[in-house]
Amino acid sequence: MDKKTFVNLGRVDQIALGHGRCFVVGGEEIAVFRLRDGKLAAVENRCPHRQGPLSEGLLGSGKVVCPLHGHKFDLASGEGMEKGECVRTFEVREQDGEIILDFSAGG
Amino acid sequence: MQKRLVIIGNGMAGARAAEEILKRAPEMFKIVMFGAEPYGNYNRILLSNVLNQSQRPEEIFLNPLTWYRENGIFLYSGVKAVRIDTALRCVVGYPLPAEVNAYDFCDGLFDREAVVTEPYDHIIIATGSRPFVPPIEGQNLPGVFLFRTIDDCRRIGEFAAGCRKAVVIGGGLLGLEAARGLLTHNVEVTVVEAGGQLMHAQLDEESGQMLKRTMEAMGISVVVNSRTKRIRHDDGKITGLEFQDETSVEADMVIISAGIRPITEVAQVSGITVNKGIVCDDRMRTNVPEVFALGECVEHRGKMYGLVDPIWEQARVLADIVTGTDPQARYEGSKTATKLKVMGVDLVSVGVKEAEKPSDETVVYREPKRNIYKKVIIRDEKIHGAILLGDTGSADTLLQMFKTGQDVPANRPELFFGTVEGPALVNAADLPDHAQICNCNGVCKKEIVAAIQNDHCRSVSAVGARTKAGKGCGSCRGMIAQIIESCLGKVSYDAAEHYYVPGIPLEKSQLVAQVRAKNLKSVSAVFAAFAGGKEDADSKVGLASLLKTLWPGEYEDERDARFINDRVHANIQRDGTFSVVPRIYGGVTTPDELMRIAGVAVKYQVKMVKITGGQRIDLLGVQKPVLPLIWKELGMPSGHAYTKAFRTCKSCVGTDFCRYGLGDSIKLAQTIERRFQGVESPHKMKLATAGCPRNCSEAYVKDIGAVAIGEDKWEIYIGGAAGGTVRKGDLLCTARGHEETVRVIGRFMQYYREHAKYMERTYGFVGRVGIDVLKSVLIEDSLGICARLDARIQEAVEAYRDPWREAQEPAYEHQFAGPKRISLAEG
Repeated sequence: MDKKTFVNLGRVDQIALGHGRCFVVGGEEIAVFRLRDGKLAAVENRCPHRQGPLSEGLLGSGKVVCPLHGHKFDLASGEGMEKGECVRTFEVREQDGEIILDFSAGG
Repeated sequence: MQKRLVIIGNGMAGARAAEEILKRAPEMFKIVMFGAEPYGNYNRILLSNVLNQSQRPEEIFLNPLTWYRENGIFLYSGVKAVRIDTALRCVVGYPLPAEVNAYDFCDGLFDREAVVTEPYDHIIIATGSRPFVPPIEGQNLPGVFLFRTIDDCRRIGEFAAGCRKAVVIGGGLLGLEAARGLLTHNVEVTVVEAGGQLMHAQLDEESGQMLKRTMEAMGISVVVNSRTKRIRHDDGKITGLEFQDETSVEADMVIISAGIRPITEVAQVSGITVNKGIVCDDRMRTNVPEVFALGECVEHRGKMYGLVDPIWEQARVLADIVTGTDPQARYEGSKTATKLKVMGVDLVSVGVKEAEKPSDETVVYREPKRNIYKKVIIRDEKIHGAILLGDTGSADTLLQMFKTGQDVPANRPELFFGTVEGPALVNAADLPDHAQICNCNGVCKKEIVAAIQNDHCRSVSAVGARTKAGKGCGSCRGMIAQIIESCLGKVSYDAAEHYYVPGIPLEKSQLVAQVRAKNLKSVSAVFAAFAGGKEDADSKVGLASLLKTLWPGEYEDERDARFINDRVHANIQRDGTFSVVPRIYGGVTTPDELMRIAGVAVKYQVKMVKITGGQRIDLLGVQKPVLPLIWKELGMPSGHAYTKAFRTCKSCVGTDFCRYGLGDSIKLAQTIERRFQGVESPHKMKLATAGCPRNCSEAYVKDIGAVAIGEDKWEIYIGGAAGGTVRKGDLLCTARGHEETVRVIGRFMQYYREHAKYMERTYGFVGRVGIDVLKSVLIEDSLGICARLDARIQEAVEAYRDPWREAQEPAYEHQFAGPKRISLAEG
């Protein structure tokens, strides 16, 4: 195995369609989203602004909106709409109905 | 033994005097009233609404016949009092013959056999006034009418059905109201005024001319400087009017509205001093002991009044004196204001219309293109007179200043345009770079200027998109516009500013029409129809709110279109925990509820228990998975303290315990809250009821407030605010009883739900739409939509379901799931 660390987070249907959910992987909070088109996305859970839980945010056009102050982040790149803000993203995919997250050490 | 009080006249003055007396001493008198009109008492001010068909006759009654019975008043209805026999101490009256008007001179017409005599200890004369009819040839022809009673309105309406052209003689207040009313009967209307301008008593020449243009723009022809000589006819059928200068106009019917004269015969023949009117002193007494008078028949200190305000004031003094409640009470004259009640014309006039002394100061604002004219006459720093035409937004304030004799602001424009709140008193262009403009989002001027100069933002919304300035409460948007203007010379507007939500290029009314036409019942369906399926996160919540309003009970609820608060029915806090606020109707709880609340707070180690501003109990710092557990144990419904919906109706203790309470504010608050709980709206709605105008529950500054003023009457204020913006609500109407109060409140709510922009609080909405428009639509039903609004809000009420029942049956799996821990060891 190379540096990639794949983690099985469990069944896809533990996240409601169109919603997100927070997973704590090795002590790190990660927001995993199940988009309306069935795709998955994952970013670090805490908004860099005031640590709002992004897993509780609204989704739309490939972005998540932080529930506390409305800061927005692109789910693919992690780039924020506010200058200088971005969140870490994770590769995530569905395999046989399970969520597989690439949680690479130190990534 | 009860004393016998006879009131001659059953108009607004007579009935008001009776009410005031009953309020002070319900058992003191045996009251008998003579009313020449065969009805209960009605609001004569609203006759123009009856004529213009916006109200039915039965809607303008103040006291129906049952009121007299319930209050032990004997009413001789349709009986005219003609004489007071001061020797025998009785009032003599006769039944009014059919087809004779209450205000007619009819001495020779009575059936002397049918005489009525009524003994008295005290008398109140409130005979009012009759229309003045100038000497015009042909005034008794069929098709010539006066405009004074409900019967007049009915006859005018009936006759107009067969007419093409109507002429109103008299360009005063009543004449113009009659003219506007006639328009609704599909006749061409001409107003003929003998003098040089309209509303000579209330307007100066300039505003009189402007009003003429306004009336003409509504399709009413106006002829001034024309004294009518005769009404022409062809074998009894009216053909037109001939003026003294030999010119003429065509007409099929004529309404004479040339002013009023007091009705004083009953006083005159009874030895009571009559000058122009029945002469009264400051205690409303005539020269004959035990005979009082009030209203339009009275001359007080040489002045006569033709308005209602003086009647209310006179009735209070009269009641204080006649009951002995306050023997020192005195009426010292009224400061009057006139408001033209013509649909489509805003006009208010108070006090004098021209400066009278060289030291009087006149401040004028004109906008001839839009027919707006505002003038204030100031004497010794107080308002001495004012005219507002075309825009009466500041009328309430001016009137208040005028009546209370308050000093006018040193900055005179505030008289017309109000106070610009807070920091906007200074021009934003003069502020230093580091000055914070948007306090919600902490944006300073430098950042806004950078967005304008470097990022080419030209509109307030563009600046907002770039910097977040103005995206919070929005109260700084005016200052942002000032900064743009100082940088670029002008402010641009982008169409998107008017979109209901940013992701759908439609303004609210267009969006509503399209959603209805295409039968779109879910947020995703709306995105599919108008945005190519592109789901905009910033638009979801607004759309969800709108759809739920449009399709009560049928809305397809997609939970991912909801903000987190509405997914879990709790308010997210800065640390990601939630708050729990159970519903406590009207702010009244029980020891049992308190014990349950305390029980869950202890059991689930709630971090803080806080009493809220809305008279609720807030349990703070609750983790999401615990929410349903707490709800179940509380056994109380959701207080909705997390969503854009009806929130709370707080109250004072009202009549239950308070010494000052005039109305049962607690019961009303509970009724309101049980009815409207959970009703969604463009923004939150916080209500209050107050048992008296002391306003302990702050009803004047709530989204909707009901304030008791006695006799189960409630003033309904809308658009109040006491948050980032402070605004006293505007008086929508005075409702009678809880049922009517609740109905009017619901009607306004529905209108707000349908017409406000998303996230627009009622204060913004009411300010934007204007209280006069809201009164016209919601009270006078000028658009004929009140019944529909009432039905719609009823549907919303019926669609209510306590969201906390999802504790038992979650709406979807993992609704309340917390973070899931994954151990890396197995990976």
